[in-house]
Amino acid sequence: MEHNNMASKNRNVNPAPASSGAPEGITLYTITVFSENTVGVLNQVTIIFTRRGINIETLSVSPSALNGIHKFTITAFTTRDMIEKVVQQIDKRVDILKAYYNTDEDLVFEEIALYKVSTAKLLELGSIEALIRKYDIRILELSDSSVVFQKTGHYEETQQLFDELQASIGVLQFIRSGRVAITKSKVERLSDMLDSIEARQLKEMKNVK
Amino acid sequence: MNGNKQMELSGSEILIRSLLCEGVNTIFGYPGGQIIPVFDTLYDYRSELHHVLMRHEQGAVHAAQGYARASGEVGVCLVTSGPGATNVITGVGDAMLDSTPVVVIAGQVGAAMLGTDAFQEIDVVGITQPITKWAYQIRRAEDIAWAVARAFYIARSGRPGPVVLDFTKNAQVQQAPFVYEPCRFIRSYLPVPELNERAADEAAALIDAAQRPLALVGQGVVLAHAEEELKEFLQKADIPAASTLLGLSALPSDFPLNKGFLGMHGNVAPNMKTNEADVIVAVGLRFDDRLTGNLQHYARQAKIIHLDIDPSEIGKNVPVTVPVLADAKTSLKALTQRIRENKHTEWIRSFDVYELIEQERVIRKELYPEGEALTMGEVVRRVSEATGNDALLVTDVGQNQMMAARYFRYSRSRSIVTSGGLGTMGFGIPAALGAKLAVPARTVCLFCGDGGFQMTMQELGTIMQEGIGVKMILLDNQYLGMVRQWQELFYHERYSFTAMQNPDFQAVAKAYGIAGRTVGRRDELDNAIADMLKDDRPYLLVVNVENKGNVYPMVPAGAAITDILMG
Repeated sequence: MEHNNMASKNRNVNPAPASSGAPEGITLYTITVFSENTVGVLNQVTIIFTRRGINIETLSVSPSALNGIHKFTITAFTTRDMIEKVVQQIDKRVDILKAYYNTDEDLVFEEIALYKVSTAKLLELGSIEALIRKYDIRILELSDSSVVFQKTGHYEETQQLFDELQASIGVLQFIRSGRVAITKSKVERLSDMLDSIEARQLKEMKNVK
Repeated sequence: MNGNKQMELSGSEILIRSLLCEGVNTIFGYPGGQIIPVFDTLYDYRSELHHVLMRHEQGAVHAAQGYARASGEVGVCLVTSGPGATNVITGVGDAMLDSTPVVVIAGQVGAAMLGTDAFQEIDVVGITQPITKWAYQIRRAEDIAWAVARAFYIARSGRPGPVVLDFTKNAQVQQAPFVYEPCRFIRSYLPVPELNERAADEAAALIDAAQRPLALVGQGVVLAHAEEELKEFLQKADIPAASTLLGLSALPSDFPLNKGFLGMHGNVAPNMKTNEADVIVAVGLRFDDRLTGNLQHYARQAKIIHLDIDPSEIGKNVPVTVPVLADAKTSLKALTQRIRENKHTEWIRSFDVYELIEQERVIRKELYPEGEALTMGEVVRRVSEATGNDALLVTDVGQNQMMAARYFRYSRSRSIVTSGGLGTMGFGIPAALGAKLAVPARTVCLFCGDGGFQMTMQELGTIMQEGIGVKMILLDNQYLGMVRQWQELFYHERYSFTAMQNPDFQAVAKAYGIAGRTVGRRDELDNAIADMLKDDRPYLLVVNVENKGNVYPMVPAGAAITDILMG
């Protein structure tokens, strides 16, 4: 995992696996995982990437809409063949409810970035209205010494603002979140999944009786 | 917890009673500081729970594996924290790769000391997560019954596998109410996928249309108790079948459609025919590289129907035309219902020529050698025949394993216990004693090399103390034979650290009060085997076999499955 408080200009694209001949198209995949909220689930998920030598680009974990179920959003550059196997192996873990992957076309996604810049240097720029309008910046905090901007957007958008600020007045601190994403398709996969779990549970109960 | 005051028990007692509720009657273990409370409780339950004191924790887990593989029940292993836990890692990994239901209970330091590098503290859950179906740390006595129920359910359901319970000392000594409820459902876990009728229809249509069908039989058949369903399926469609290492005894050796053993040291005919078949039906196997050889040249011409319980196995190594997800019993039944009766006489007869070639160029030399030195294969076959081909075979790993797999004959299922996926040397002795305890009425024959024997020969002490009647056949060639074979064939005969100076194995056995005999001549062999099998006591038969015997046929690593060396 990368992301210190300095933004890397170019994302680190994983090299193709050396053994498997001609590298198939490497794409950024977004992996969504629903899990039970138990100790050690994150490790169970990440070791599956580790084993296959896949670098995780971004990772975001939080409680889902459903009580007790956590949702992971992970991005990684790899091949379709590889991501299919990885997702199957994540899905297989006992504590995982469901895992699937998407490419960007299927998703609405967002990242959030915070930028701390020097107040004095910002004022030297003169009017900042143009900057704020151009990037749709929110100002979260203002003091004599520094100003904190917030920008949400795709990676390229938050990166563009970083580049512009860095080139003009410098950025004192920078942080970007992992990606969060939801699918564009009408049917919510989570509800699908829960329906089928409920059906299974009922069936199981009947079997016992 | 509603009003009624329940009797409170110590965590240790809750553990033992929970094991009894799961039907456990034998456990393999080794005491140590952080598990003393459990052993103290065990003392009161000696009449209900047979604890086998091993000589090393690695032995304990392999014995539990042998027990599980021979009986189909969950094998249970009880060890202490720290080194006790790390010593079982090899067996846990082995059980994961070979889908063996094992529950390992390891002591752990008290919850208050976790993370402090306390004496004999190690991150057991962290270490075992990648190699278990489930690893869980029990920190409170209230959670024990729940965790044990879940552990057994996970270990034995679906595709079986190992579960590790990391049991903190405070939870062992705390008091809690005891109510046992078996686990039947976990919402995030679907052990057996529901059969897709359309997939079964598609598979049946492919099978009906096939001219040259071939069935590949894996351990999934044994795990699902689907041996009869397999036979009915094969007979109705008249499909020749061959088996993976772990699937070997699913069909009797003399079943007419059984064409033998697949893979690197398998039989020539089914390996060659893999690349001639038009439809392959793979049942409960994972297309391991020792089975397939080079994937670029594996069954490219065939449509592949893959019957498996584990969705993540579909397409993992080999592209699959029609996956049928279910346990093998369900899926085979569904296919048999749908297919028509068929005959493939000519196709089946076409196996004969390869069988003849193998017979001429490999088997005859191995079973009826012209030289004076005994071969590994002839010893295996003579032992097998002396048991009426009805014994349970346990092997170690290496040449002894491949020779045993090739030349032992099977008349019933669950007759081979061997370390397939992990290839663990030292597996043999403890696995054999575990298997014998699981099925005491059966003759258990262990084939072992001189290398693997010395890796876990401390378990002779366990065999002595428990009086376990395993028949150990040590094929002594004074080499780490399989590596030596590779060095001969692929490393210009540079025998780098594979020659061994061995102890007097009979003297070792004698020190443990185990009877035995050492033979090196053909005319003494039958007599020694008869002596070994005359009663049900432990026995060590050391056979000095030819030093540089090789296992053939052999598909070199990375070669196509049809590029077979015949010696």
